[in-house]
Amino acid sequence: MKKRFEINPKNLPILVTLGLFVVMFGAGSIAFSGFFAPQNFLNLFIDNSYLLILGVGMTFVIISGGIDLSVGSVLALSTMVTSSLLTKSHWNPVFVIPTVLLIGAALGLLMGIIIHAFELPPFIITLAGLYLARGLCYVVSIDTIGIDDEFWQSAANARIPVFGDNSVSPSVLVALAVVLAGMFLSRSTKFGRTVYAIGGNEQSALLMGLPVARTKILIYVLSGFCAALAGIVFTFYTLSGYALNGANMEMDAIATVVIGGTLLTGGVGSVLGTVFGVLVYGTIQILIVFQGTLNAWWTRIAIGFLVFLFCVLQRVFEAKGKKGKGVGA
Amino acid sequence: MTSWISLTRNKIFWPIVALMALMSFNLFFTPNFFRIEMKEGHLYGNVIDILKNAAPIMLLAVGLTLVIATKGIDISVGSVVAISAGVVAMLIGGDLKGNPKYPIELAMAAALGVSVLAGMWNGMLVSRIGMQPIIATLILSVAGRGIAMVTTNAMIVWLYAKPFALLGQGYWYGLPVSIYLVAAILALTALATRRTALGLFIEAVGINPTAARFAGIKAKNLIFWIYTFSGLCAGISGLVVCSTVMSADGNNAGVGYEMSAILAVVLGGTSLNGGKFYLLGSMVGALIVQTLTTTIYAFGVPPEIAKVVIALVVLVVSLLQSVKFRNLFGGIFGKRELSI
Repeated sequence: MKKRFEINPKNLPILVTLGLFVVMFGAGSIAFSGFFAPQNFLNLFIDNSYLLILGVGMTFVIISGGIDLSVGSVLALSTMVTSSLLTKSHWNPVFVIPTVLLIGAALGLLMGIIIHAFELPPFIITLAGLYLARGLCYVVSIDTIGIDDEFWQSAANARIPVFGDNSVSPSVLVALAVVLAGMFLSRSTKFGRTVYAIGGNEQSALLMGLPVARTKILIYVLSGFCAALAGIVFTFYTLSGYALNGANMEMDAIATVVIGGTLLTGGVGSVLGTVFGVLVYGTIQILIVFQGTLNAWWTRIAIGFLVFLFCVLQRVFEAKGKKGKGVGA
Repeated sequence: MTSWISLTRNKIFWPIVALMALMSFNLFFTPNFFRIEMKEGHLYGNVIDILKNAAPIMLLAVGLTLVIATKGIDISVGSVVAISAGVVAMLIGGDLKGNPKYPIELAMAAALGVSVLAGMWNGMLVSRIGMQPIIATLILSVAGRGIAMVTTNAMIVWLYAKPFALLGQGYWYGLPVSIYLVAAILALTALATRRTALGLFIEAVGINPTAARFAGIKAKNLIFWIYTFSGLCAGISGLVVCSTVMSADGNNAGVGYEMSAILAVVLGGTSLNGGKFYLLGSMVGALIVQTLTTTIYAFGVPPEIAKVVIALVVLVVSLLQSVKFRNLFGGIFGKRELSI
């Protein structure tokens, strides 16, 4: 091997995403005054912390070669249960949070078991999960439920100062904790390595003696858990539960994961990439806000276009990878 | 006896039994469910309503049946419905006196043209770039809603041009016009796929694309045109939806339609793993979905909770399609199958 500066092809997709973010943020800074401010950067995290949490769960699902379409609805259900338990049943938050997380994880467990045990396509089962969770929202309540719990109020309004005048919300800390945990889980645990192995080739993973069954089910438990947690964080913004929350959010979550360089065919990807994916997503949103005249719906078109761009890039990388070193992560 | 067995083996048999079961449930528990009245020369009643309301899903299901037969999926149809409705509404315009901005035929043709383009886009991504169908169509399902909202300037456009209402609200010989439209599209599609080798090609591609290619089928072109056709069906469906409510709501038009249509196709006996397809089965499937929804409404259950029931139906149907699940209960239902 020649000794020269070479980018590890594994990191190339992440670098592309990072580059895209820098270019977009830079372009915004040049075009609009007041765009380039530390607080504006922090706002990316503040406004999208729930998406970050969803994205971490989704990253694991997609790396394993699956897909989870239910996360938006589970998020909505989580906001409904949270607000209902707090406002109508007057539960203590100490009990509400674990209960909600447990419900999310249980839904994930149910879907995971069905997907694995009956060898059904994940997208159909999680689609059923999407309908189920969305319907359950209306079973809880058809109307919006407000939250006046003190803990929630303070979590919604609290700001944690970082360097000088800038600050972040507690939600950001939760999201960052989830990201760090996700990075640790994917890189340094047996579970994480098994997820990559399943995505690379499930048959091989099985023959290697890896716990494929348990891991596949746990992936959906993790995604359900993340969706429920994202729902709790979401209520920190809205201080209410509403059954239509998070409609189409599964698409946003999948989009950020794909933009973050995770291969939809499974086996390749990273949690860190998803973080950059979320940053790109957030930057598009604020660019459109700063631009002013464009309809907010252009965000969706831009996201769709980016997903397209990254899917094409993935195909190019795949083609190159096959020519070079054979298939594999 | 043998004729009975061959009847139960027929793929359309079980969907029809399910529909009958649902209908007879209504016969006993929903008063006046089957009453059909003649008013102003039209037939009125729950059954007619089911036919009328099922029309948009049936149109989608025709296209989706072929897509699913090629082992694909198209989850963008709901968004394409919204785009088609948006385009036709903007071109006709919300003139209160009902004078269309452009001729209605032209507006409809333009909407269908845009829908065909949307289908071609999906077809190109799947057949040329080689994306997985779910991801390729996911792109348009995300972006399509945005396109629909941008088309209508994020407003609900109300239409007053009377002639356009014919498509979704009109009656012809007592039956809704939309039903004749569905019948025509279905008949044309059935002719094209069953009276020519096209249907065989589609099934061959769905069962084994590589083998189909070796057999001389231009799988890529075929897949491209199948997605294009699905886009066209979604466009027609969008016209019917827009005409029925005489408005275009980019945000809500066609939301969740892709799910209902996929459910209809799967209920009709076409497997999500591709291969053999049953157009008529899909139509019965669409009627089952609509009857189920109407039944749930008739019981005074909020429409939103109907989603729970639909979720459970999806679950049961996919479990029944799972080889592993059937083997688990193999003793009851007959022979075990090899799971490969």
